[in-house]
Amino acid sequence: MIDINITKSLHGVESDMNLHVNLHIKEGEFVALSGKSGSGKTTLLRVLAGLEDAKGEVRVGDDVWLDGKGSLAVQQREIGFVFQDYALFENMSVLENLLFVRKDKTLAKKLLEMTELYALKERYPNTLSGGQKQRVSICRALMKKPEILLLDEPLSALDPKMRTKLQQELLTLHKEFKTTTIMVSHDPSEIYRLASRVVVLENGQIINDGTPKEVLLKTQGTQKFSFEGELLALKKVDVIFVAVVAIGQQIVEVVLSQQEVQNLQVGDRVTLSTKAFAPTIV
Amino acid sequence: MDFSPFILSFKLASLTALILFTVSLPLAWYLSQTKSKMKPLLEAVTALPIVLPPSVLGFYILWAFSANSPLGTFFEETFGIQLVFSFTGLVVASCFYSLPFMVQPLQSGFESLNKNMLEASYIAGKSKLQTIIFVALPNMKPALTTAIIITFAHTVGEFGVVLMVGGSIPNETKVASVAIYEMVEMMDYSMAHIYSALMIGLSFLILLTVYIFNARHNKRFGV
Repeated sequence: MIDINITKSLHGVESDMNLHVNLHIKEGEFVALSGKSGSGKTTLLRVLAGLEDAKGEVRVGDDVWLDGKGSLAVQQREIGFVFQDYALFENMSVLENLLFVRKDKTLAKKLLEMTELYALKERYPNTLSGGQKQRVSICRALMKKPEILLLDEPLSALDPKMRTKLQQELLTLHKEFKTTTIMVSHDPSEIYRLASRVVVLENGQIINDGTPKEVLLKTQGTQKFSFEGELLALKKVDVIFVAVVAIGQQIVEVVLSQQEVQNLQVGDRVTLSTKAFAPTIV
Repeated sequence: MDFSPFILSFKLASLTALILFTVSLPLAWYLSQTKSKMKPLLEAVTALPIVLPPSVLGFYILWAFSANSPLGTFFEETFGIQLVFSFTGLVVASCFYSLPFMVQPLQSGFESLNKNMLEASYIAGKSKLQTIIFVALPNMKPALTTAIIITFAHTVGEFGVVLMVGGSIPNETKVASVAIYEMVEMMDYSMAHIYSALMIGLSFLILLTVYIFNARHNKRFGV
């Protein structure tokens, strides 16, 4: 059980804000932290890791990591951290990166085999691809057998195919080690696939907290399906209008009437949904 | 031909580089990591020897080392060392004179490291010292060689401070640059030519070594 109740004032790009988070996380849970950039997600992770200071309390099981009296040094916290830019030790080989954390060759071998990296164990980071680097980074984070695994947008720099593969590996590793995991992510499909709980931050406050289904599914009432997207263009074709909307990685065209177009502007966030429609998936 | 001025120059430069490396490492690390408001002040003080005329530096060091000053008296009475016109004094003076040439490359080396990489080492449970030795320094080898070699070369090349603090005592403070100055004064141009040509050759070799090493390193690590 992890109890977090912290406050920290942040100097944001647009304005100063107050990060105030009160969160209880069960052992073994996989929590996704979501929200716009600048909402305080990364800062929250860094406070948990002990890389940044904050007021308040952090308790992990029976241990106090942060309270009014002081803060446990980052070196003493049982955490693994995966950075977006991998942050591997460039002067060490793949295996040395893992063994630097803990001299446990059996565990290192097991982790590298699980992530299909064992053949690359003598290679140096600058000869690896992004996906390989990030797998090494995840293995390295698990070498400490941490109580909490913190992932800061670990897969956002990778291409979609590699992302799906690593999501599967993260899931396998989570099942094997049952490490309580907190992952910052923007990708709804990633969150849906991995997390058992989503916490949404906005301006330093939690604005939503629930299962991925509750938080991410946008359909309301009798809607058959519903997508969120960005309006890219509006074209007039004879008496109707054609709107081009970007949804995730895809572009779709929708036919609209003059009435519907009135309140729309290019660049708007729009929700695309329908009721009386029976789509077929082939 | 008397090579003792060269030997003295290289002895002085090696000792200075060694002492400055030990002193500058913590200082450069502190400057690279601190968010303190004192940082610009410290940086300005460290960089002073670059802009000051060597005579100014030499004058103050001479004044501080003299038998009439508290520092000079202290060294004389405690260690029986005379700082003025002695090799020990030259080493101390050179350390002040060459300080920025050691601190600045080391500091920019530390600053160029990926902060997350250092944090990953802390998260792995390693102390700051362990992180510096096993992660930071091995990942900034070009900065390391630049700092050490440039400090060495700069000390070999110093003249003003050495002349003021050390004078020109053979085998004690008469380094190569001072020896050349004396030869020119005595109009012994043939010896001045030989010494000067030797200095150019050696200095060029040193610098070439640094740049070749850095180019190889950058190529290997794809910078």
